[in-house]
Amino acid sequence: MRDVAIVGVGLMKWGELWEKSIRDLCVEAALSCFEDAGNDKIDSIVVGTMASGLLTGQEHMANMVPDYLGKKHVPAMRVESACCSGSQAVRTAFMEVASGMSDCVLALGVEKMTDVSGNDATYALATASDQEFEAFHGVTFPGLYAMMARKHMEQYGTTREQLAEVSSKNHRNGSLNPHAQYPFPMTREQVMNSTLVADPLRLMDCSPITDGAAAVLLVPATDAKKYKKHGMVVISGVGHATDTIALCQRKDMLKMEAVTLAAKAALKMAGKTIKDVNFAEVHDCFTIAEIMIMEALGIVKPGQGGPATLKGLTALEGKFPVNPSGGLKSKGHPVGATGVAQICEAVYQLRGEAGKRQVKNAKVGLTQNMGGTGGTSVVHILEAK
Amino acid sequence: MSIPRHWREIPRRYRLEAGKCKKCKVINFPSRLVCPECGGKTFETVKLSGKGKLDTFTIIRVAPEGFGDEVPYAVGIIDLKDGVRLMAQITDCDPTTLKTGDKLVAKFRKVQEDGKNGIIKYGYKFVPDVGV
Amino acid sequence: MVGISGYGTQIPRYRIKVEEIAKVWGTDAPAYRRGMNLNEKSVPAPDEDVGTLSVNAAYNALARSGIAPKDIGAVYVGSESHPYAVKPTGTMVAEAIGACPHVHTASLEFACKAGTEGMFIGTQMVQAGRVANVLAIGADTSQGAPGDALEYSAAAGAAAFVISTKNIVAELLDTDCYMTDTPDFWRRPYSHYPAHGGRFTGEPAYFKHVEGATNAMLARAKMKPSDFDYVIFHQPNGKFPVVVAKKLGFKEPQYRHGLLTPVLGNTYSGSSPLGLAATLDEAKPGQLILLVSYGSGAGSDAFIFKTTKRLLEVRDLAPRVRKQLDEHKYYLEYGQYAKNRGKILRAE
Ligand SMILES: [Zn+2]
Repeated sequence: MRDVAIVGVGLMKWGELWEKSIRDLCVEAALSCFEDAGNDKIDSIVVGTMASGLLTGQEHMANMVPDYLGKKHVPAMRVESACCSGSQAVRTAFMEVASGMSDCVLALGVEKMTDVSGNDATYALATASDQEFEAFHGVTFPGLYAMMARKHMEQYGTTREQLAEVSSKNHRNGSLNPHAQYPFPMTREQVMNSTLVADPLRLMDCSPITDGAAAVLLVPATDAKKYKKHGMVVISGVGHATDTIALCQRKDMLKMEAVTLAAKAALKMAGKTIKDVNFAEVHDCFTIAEIMIMEALGIVKPGQGGPATLKGLTALEGKFPVNPSGGLKSKGHPVGATGVAQICEAVYQLRGEAGKRQVKNAKVGLTQNMGGTGGTSVVHILEAK
Repeated sequence: MSIPRHWREIPRRYRLEAGKCKKCKVINFPSRLVCPECGGKTFETVKLSGKGKLDTFTIIRVAPEGFGDEVPYAVGIIDLKDGVRLMAQITDCDPTTLKTGDKLVAKFRKVQEDGKNGIIKYGYKFVPDVGV
Repeated sequence: MVGISGYGTQIPRYRIKVEEIAKVWGTDAPAYRRGMNLNEKSVPAPDEDVGTLSVNAAYNALARSGIAPKDIGAVYVGSESHPYAVKPTGTMVAEAIGACPHVHTASLEFACKAGTEGMFIGTQMVQAGRVANVLAIGADTSQGAPGDALEYSAAAGAAAFVISTKNIVAELLDTDCYMTDTPDFWRRPYSHYPAHGGRFTGEPAYFKHVEGATNAMLARAKMKPSDFDYVIFHQPNGKFPVVVAKKLGFKEPQYRHGLLTPVLGNTYSGSSPLGLAATLDEAKPGQLILLVSYGSGAGSDAFIFKTTKRLLEVRDLAPRVRKQLDEHKYYLEYGQYAKNRGKILRAE
């Protein structure tokens, strides 16, 4: 297997992008990525999108993207793992380059979520759960994570304030990120006084509905020297694991085993432990998710995610910064784009290009993306070389 | 919504039918073709007791389409006596008074309807086990 | 021997008081309490209908009967508020209890008499030896038009009976019936609420048919009112069944256990069947029960049952009517009630 480097990243400001279609988003992110890399000669494209069909009526994005990118005839494929689709695109591109099959692959994640009503977007997202045995009963994604939150609070004593601090901390970081959808601070009180969505979770515990895309360009590490614009970043570890699709089928729903197993595989491949990691971009679709992911990754012991967050462990200036980008909460969560954007953020951090939200001495970064209630998770380890 | 998709699940939704693995005796709900515990591929159909305890729950305040008139309503995970865990709505109660560990029992209720002119989808919900 | 092997009921948890309704329409609540002997009524939850009430009542009846669902040869559901205008309620009930596919089902309708129709047909079928067991259900989630007199009484509930030749808890001694074409209450297709003939629903309708069926039954069985331990009449309100009982020579101890309407409301097809179930909850072995239903349109079915020793053995295998009626109630305000019952005009 060849070592793989990231030589280009492309993002845009996310939000409710009424003027832009799904094809505009894809092309804009890709062009920005080409510009960052100083190269647009690609062998292959992998597109990650969760629900382009339900949200925009457009399937066959693997045809749409090369066509509108001016890359007619370039092979392209689409991957889907709900909210984990973006990092599946990166992982697939990684395998293509590592295997020697291709020498320059564009991994692109996209979701256009505001072309449908809130109800229709909720429906599309709920298709990531078990349709017949979860969604059928009228449960929503906030509802599923709320059940985990209640259990976590009852089992470990996690508090409402600790949950709120996840959101507040991510908004602090996001306020420093020019790409973020909601780049403003949010106090714990504001989170705790926001509208109840699914007890005990409130509106400001939840990631928003977002339009956006992100792209990265992967090449063999040996070729990366040709791209002199930036410091070199390699993907040194990739891990991927699954769990039951239905939350109730897990023996211990607080464990997030797919996250633990994906991280274990990625760290092993990179020859690292979690202690070697300087920062992480994780899938805080809900505040409780970030706490459980911290525990599943081994950043803290089970039950310690809440107190550690409140004590500032994961703050930008803390010992283990989590979500310097602002996370899904502040940066936005265009589901298929999220996993790719996490890689973009890790690259900015490792290149030292993260501006005011720069993590000090960032050498090794971890990204963790997941789908459903944690039924799919992909972890990448990135290193500055 | 799809009629066949609901019709196909009637044994599960109406009668709480599950698959008991002939090899390891674990009961799977919904029934499966491969036992997740032992890989067994032969099953006996059993009817779940419908009695259990509330493991965790939430109160849905912002509902998916078709459920809006029912907010706030409780959805929870129920640990059944049969060793099975499932997710369902908890009805016939003030959801704010629910507690984890509450004893619940299954009832046959309307779960969804396709508007006023479509089919009604019936299935299991749970209610506090207070003998009524 | 043919009779009831198991009985079971389901009453919703929600209630509304007559005062709450009277408050909205500016009417005299004490008059409803005194004049009609109505205090409160049951209201179905938004996720309840005749199908769900029937199924949950049927589970209770089966639990008491000890009859296996696959041995149920027919399922009859009588109601004036079937969930579908076209699509049988019986197949859903049969499927839910596990009686399909070797089963006969029918949805019956005869205003408030549809419940005893199933019992009438079921007992005759079992008597004829055509099927071993019949599940007969009377259930309604009846609607009274907003502001109409019926709104104070139209309630929801179901009673289910397994009719068998074994495991009998109440033997059927005899039946009779009495019918004429009398348009006292009706609902045309596509109408949301029923209409009625006001005071015409009394003397020429309810009283004529209930008395007619009772007298015919007593004559046929060569019995008199004092021979019975209990009597249950259809109870559209709390007044009519008491008036007819006294007129025919029955006494308060005979009808009091089966008189539920003052705190339940009129459950239409479930009305006299629920009264029978409540009576079976109290009866001792070897006692005689007279049941007389009434359905507008109009007619009455009459039944004489004699309880057996088995009644005591199975009584506590399912909730009693009074428990479902009196415990764990939630009172609704009119606004919530109007929303739950689909009485609020909404955007399409
Ligand atoms: Zn097994």
